[in-house]
Amino acid sequence: MESQRLHAWARVLILAAAAAAATQCTPSRPASRAGGAAVQSDLAVAAQATYVAPGDLDQYYMFSSGGHSGQIYVYGLPSMRHLSTIPVFTPYPATGYGFDDDSKKMLGELTWGDAHHPALSETKGDYDGRWLFINEMNGRIARIDLRDFKTKQILGPIPNLHGNHASSFVTPNSEYAMMATRFSRPVPNRPVGVDRYATEYKGIIAGIKIDPASGEMSLAWQLLMPPFDYDLGDAGKNASDGWMFFTSYNTERATGKLEVTASQRDRDYIAAVDWRAVERAVASGAGDMIDGVRVIDPQKVPGLVFLMPCGKSPHGVDVAPNGNWIVGSGKLQGVTTVFNFEKVQTAIKNKDFTGEEDGIPVLKYESIKDAEVPVGLGPLHTQFGTDDWAYTSLFVDSAIAKWKLGTWEVVDKAPMSYSIGHLAAAEGDTVSPDGNYLVGLNKLSHGRHLSVGPSQPESSQLLDITEEKMKLLYDAFTEPEPHYAQIIKADKVKPIEVYPKEENKHPLAVWDINQAGVTRQGNRVTVKMVAVRSTLTPTDFEVAAGDQVTVAVTNIEQTTDELHGFGLLDYNINLVIDPGETKTVTFTAKKSGVFAFYCTNFCSALHQEMQGYMVVK
Amino acid sequence: MQRLARTNRFLDQTIDVRTRLMVLVAAALLLATYFLPLWNLTMFAPQYPDGLRLDIYSYTLVGGNNGQDIKEINVLNHYIGMRDLVNEEFTEFQWMPFVIGALGLLMLRAVVHATVAALVDVTMLFVYFGAFSLWSFGYKLYRYGHDLSPTAAVQVPPFMPPMFGGQQIANFEVYSYPRAASYAMAGTIVLLLAALAWTWWQARRAAPRDAIAGPAAS
Repeated sequence: MESQRLHAWARVLILAAAAAAATQCTPSRPASRAGGAAVQSDLAVAAQATYVAPGDLDQYYMFSSGGHSGQIYVYGLPSMRHLSTIPVFTPYPATGYGFDDDSKKMLGELTWGDAHHPALSETKGDYDGRWLFINEMNGRIARIDLRDFKTKQILGPIPNLHGNHASSFVTPNSEYAMMATRFSRPVPNRPVGVDRYATEYKGIIAGIKIDPASGEMSLAWQLLMPPFDYDLGDAGKNASDGWMFFTSYNTERATGKLEVTASQRDRDYIAAVDWRAVERAVASGAGDMIDGVRVIDPQKVPGLVFLMPCGKSPHGVDVAPNGNWIVGSGKLQGVTTVFNFEKVQTAIKNKDFTGEEDGIPVLKYESIKDAEVPVGLGPLHTQFGTDDWAYTSLFVDSAIAKWKLGTWEVVDKAPMSYSIGHLAAAEGDTVSPDGNYLVGLNKLSHGRHLSVGPSQPESSQLLDITEEKMKLLYDAFTEPEPHYAQIIKADKVKPIEVYPKEENKHPLAVWDINQAGVTRQGNRVTVKMVAVRSTLTPTDFEVAAGDQVTVAVTNIEQTTDELHGFGLLDYNINLVIDPGETKTVTFTAKKSGVFAFYCTNFCSALHQEMQGYMVVK
Repeated sequence: MQRLARTNRFLDQTIDVRTRLMVLVAAALLLATYFLPLWNLTMFAPQYPDGLRLDIYSYTLVGGNNGQDIKEINVLNHYIGMRDLVNEEFTEFQWMPFVIGALGLLMLRAVVHATVAALVDVTMLFVYFGAFSLWSFGYKLYRYGHDLSPTAAVQVPPFMPPMFGGQQIANFEVYSYPRAASYAMAGTIVLLLAALAWTWWQARRAAPRDAIAGPAAS
């Protein structure tokens, strides 16, 4: 009996619990997402908007930085298809990059780089489709020629500047790309204790001159700056042409646990640099040579740099298409600040300063600010569309806010999956943004894809911004790690498809199979090799152990997509030679024996037969 | 005898202005063949959706895509052991332009001399030349398709490439058609024959009186 009563009570309890659960259970999704997935018709529209039929071409190129992969990834929009990888700071056997003599020399001792901000060359503030620049943390900047999508130059590591984060930011007529310090250190570099950080450590802003004809970069000048962490930048345009703007954090000049110590002040700075005035100062011989570089101390040459207070620990600074509004996004606050360049100029003229940092005047915040736009939590970067629309990424809110320049009204928010960092609108940082598309470059994907284990890909989400409401179109999962991307109209880029024979001036090029062969001078052996379907000629060659061997392979094809490879087993060599190209690799024949070489890049029906031997005696 | 005499009389006749103009136009058409391709071969394959194109002129081969197509055709043909399509292999290119020039001069001679004989000469020579060229072209194609290297990587049975029309050869759809210069030559022949027919018809129209008068007088 007793046990029966107990059972009855248990039943009552279970029923009560079930009832409670039915009425008060925790929702399975947040109220803000209660609407659930987009309705079916929206999905159909999105599918059609992103569908590029087989054989059809995309409308835009997106050049996405590969972060610490050291590469640039090229995507087509709106399909979000990954079209190609441009190796920049990291060897890439798929194209033989970092294995042939030229690219090995370009990479130097570093086989790793943390690529950040791609910058397309500009003419009158608009992308001109000629070059693409990208910085990396080890004090370097690279130039890719968009004629063949190849890395042509890596400048650096340059002296004095450490941790090149605030880069590349090309000026409106590609006069300069920029570099700036994230990790201040003594200039010139020497062992000084961290306890003397505030006074002995220095930041550097460097102007990288770009040759208008060849695109060749050279280090023109450096500015000696207070030891802040310079984070991002943007070149002035139109109204503000001639100026550069860099955000900075840790204006506390703190060390140690920066997440706390560098987050104490309510406002840090945007450094406004009058780079034309710097040019004039350099021309008049100002500055000192430090480690072979002309370095100007703004304390000694006033009028070059001014500090614009911006709350709080600002990340991105983005100049609006008209050039007059400068948007600074304080990542630790809920607003983004819009400055007025005209007011900045007036404040400079009237010496409307509230203080100074190492002799650099600090402008009065209230005098230069136009608006604090309540975009949401954790604003990072802003891009622009047509009709004065601005789009700001919100890391903490994991969303994009759409707002209007001038009225400062926030009209829409699009949730991002998840934790958006940079964002890129179609030509959205030029003087004439296209609108149309916006890509959120998210840091986390949190399993919105088939599981690939703990190392999850990043997510890049495509939005349609042609209408009042932003519409999510597509999730793409991108290579780590897109810090920034630029989106350029496809017809502005005009790449070649083969290297024309008449342009090949390589001294070791041979275009006739009969001229291929081996020559020797002392212990230096040169193998002039011809690659054409489906033979590598000579098909075998002999060297002596210890010889210094140079193999120069010319791909004499002039047909598109007829690439050939030269893989030499056990010698860690793999070249990939494009049609019409000559590449060389130089090595010491240390190991004796017989070693096969073969075409590594599938070329033809008899690709497997495209092989030969190196005999090392 | 009478017939021969009649023919000779006919040959010695002059041709009228209209006929001479026709011959002049025929010569002009012939001149155009220097600037236009005679024949075209186009090959499509899955890997070559835009096709590989080869134009044959009276004096040279011209590949499509700035000459690249002919290199590509040769690269592909080497797998089946076919000889390279290069100008040196075509002796026709050495003499053909001169023969065309000579025939053109003969036409101008017919225009100037304005005799039926001159017209007949050049017409007959031109017909022979046309026929020989066609045979020569066909024979060339035949030899290319049959003189395949015995050590070629890919052994295909000897074949006759199409001369006129389309044909599937392995993964290639091959099309071969005459082009503008051939039509110009056809036009030349048509004009010459028409000129001859016109003259003969006019002679016939004028002749009956003589023909009838002749026997009546004897």
